[in-house]
Amino acid sequence: MSRTHVICNINGDDVEFLCDDGESLLDALRDDVGLMGVKEGCGTGDCGACSVLMDGKLNCSCLILAPEANGTDLLTVEGMADGDHLHPLQQCFLEGAALQCGICTPGFLIAAKALLDQNPEPTETEVRYALAGNLCRCTGYDKIVRSVLEAAVQIRETV
Amino acid sequence: MKYAAPTSVEEAQSLLAGDADAKVFAGATDLVPQMRAGRPEPSIAIDLKKIDRLMALGDNGGSWTIGAATPTSSLTGNGAFSGDLPGLSYAAGLIGSDQIQNRSSLGGNLCNASPAADSVPAMVVNDARAVIAGADGTRTIPVADVVTGPGSTCLGDGEFLVEIEVDKPTANTSDAYLRMIPRTEMDIAVVGAAARVTLDDSGNCTAATIALGAVAPTVVRVPDAETALVGGPISDESLAAVAAAASAACNPIDDKRGTIAYRRQVAGVLAKRAVLQAAERVQNGGAA
Ligand SMILES: Cc1cc2nc3c(=O)[nH]c(=O)nc-3n(C[C@H](O)[C@H](O)[C@H](O)COP(=O)(O)OP(=O)(O)OC[C@H]3O[C@@H](n4cnc5c(N)ncnc54)[C@H](O)[C@@H]3O)c2cc1C
Ligand code: FES
Ligand code: FES
Repeated sequence: MSRTHVICNINGDDVEFLCDDGESLLDALRDDVGLMGVKEGCGTGDCGACSVLMDGKLNCSCLILAPEANGTDLLTVEGMADGDHLHPLQQCFLEGAALQCGICTPGFLIAAKALLDQNPEPTETEVRYALAGNLCRCTGYDKIVRSVLEAAVQIRETV
Repeated sequence: MKYAAPTSVEEAQSLLAGDADAKVFAGATDLVPQMRAGRPEPSIAIDLKKIDRLMALGDNGGSWTIGAATPTSSLTGNGAFSGDLPGLSYAAGLIGSDQIQNRSSLGGNLCNASPAADSVPAMVVNDARAVIAGADGTRTIPVADVVTGPGSTCLGDGEFLVEIEVDKPTANTSDAYLRMIPRTEMDIAVVGAAARVTLDDSGNCTAATIALGAVAPTVVRVPDAETALVGGPISDESLAAVAAAASAACNPIDDKRGTIAYRRQVAGVLAKRAVLQAAERVQNGGAA
C-alpha cells in the first residue's frame, strides 16, 4: 500500500498527515488527525454520519480517498462552534432535543449547515430533502427538521 | 493500492495503459462501496477530477459537453442545461443524496454499468454520445452502445470516457425521465423510463424515443412504442399502445424489490407518464 503526505486545512488550521492511499478520508480524520466528530455508520455513503464540507461542498468522508484531501479546505463538526459559543444549529439541536444517542448528530449538523449556507430560508420540504442523505435511528426526524428550521430563523435574525 | 491524480487526458491514459489493474474513478460513489464490499482494489486508483476537461460543463451553442467526472450537482445547478434537457437533468439529480450529488458523475453512472443507473435511459433518448480516450486518441460512439451487460462496458484496455456530448433538443422537442422506487429518496430504481418527443404545431407527434432502465441487463429502447406515437396526437389509444409495448419490451429480474410481473406493469405505466410529461414540456415551451 502506497502512502501519501496530505496537506490541507481543517476547521481553519493547517494540518498535515500521512495516509494509506486506499484509506478513506473518514478513517484518516479519525485515526490520523484525531477528529472523532466524524462518525462511521455504514462506510458506503448511505447514512451521512461521516459528512464533512470539502471546499464548501457537502460530502460523505467515507467515500473520499484520504489522498484526495490534499490541498482542500475541510470543515467537520469540531469547526462549527465559535470557541465556547455554539453554532445556532448546535444550540437549536440541544434545545429542540434533536438528538438521543448522538451518533448521527455531527453529520446532520454539517448537512444542515451546507443547506443554510446556500439557502437561508428553506421550506420544511427543502430541509427534508437536504437531509435525506442522513439517517437517524433513534430521535426521529421531526425534531431534527424543526431544529434546523428554528436555527434558520435565528441565523436570519442575527445577520 | 496507489492513488494518482493526473492533470491531463494523456497522463491519465498512459497511467491506465501501463497497468492492467489500474482503474479510473470520478466520485468513487460506486468504486469505494464496491471496494469495501470486497471487490479487489485497483493497483492504481486514477482520480479524474484534476483534469479540467473532465470537470467541465460546456455550452457549445447547439449542444452540451459534459465532462465525464463532472459532479451531477453541477448539472442540476446549471439553469440553462436543466432548461434544455429537463429530463436528463432530473435523472442526474435523482442519484443519491446531496452528499452523493456533489461527487456522482454521469461518466461513473454510465461506466459502472448498473442496469438501474438513472441517467443512462435519459442520455439514450437524447442520443447522447460518449467520447472515449485510448492510445490512438479519441473515438466517439453512442452512449447506448457503451454498456454491454451488468458491470461490463465496451471500453477496451487503456480506454476511458472523457466526456458526453448531447445535442440540444430541436424545436418542439423535450424529454422526461421517471423512476419507481419503494421510498421517496435514496433508493435504486425498480423501473426507470425516459422519453423524448417532438410535436408539431397541431400537437401531432412527429418523433419519439423511449428507453427503459432496470428492466433488462442493459437499457432497452422501445421501437414499438415509438412507432405507436409517431404520426398522431398523444391520445389515450397511443398511450395505451406505448404502455403495452414498454411492458412487452422488458426482460426483468425477479427479486425482493419487484417481481417480473410488477416490473412489467410499472414499466408500461412509467413509459406512458414519461411521454405525457415530455409532451407537456413541449406544450409549455421547453422547461417545467
Ligand atoms: C448512497 C448512494 C445512493 C446512490 N443512489 C443512486 C441512484 O439513485 N441512482 C443511480 O443511478 N445511482 C446511484 N448511486 C450509485 C452512484 O452514485 C452512481 O452510479 C454515480 O453516478 C457514480 O458516479 P461516480 O463518479 O461516483 O463513479 P465512480 O465510483 O467514480 O466510478 C464508477 C465506475 O465507473 C468507472 N468509471 C468512472 N468514471 C469513468 C470514466 N470516465 N471512464 C471509464 N470508467 C469510469 C470506475 O472505474 C468505476 O468502475 C448511489 C450511490 C450511493 C453511495
Ligand atoms: S459512514 Fe459515510 S455515509 Fe455512512
Ligand atoms: S440520535 Fe441516535 S441515530 Fe440519531
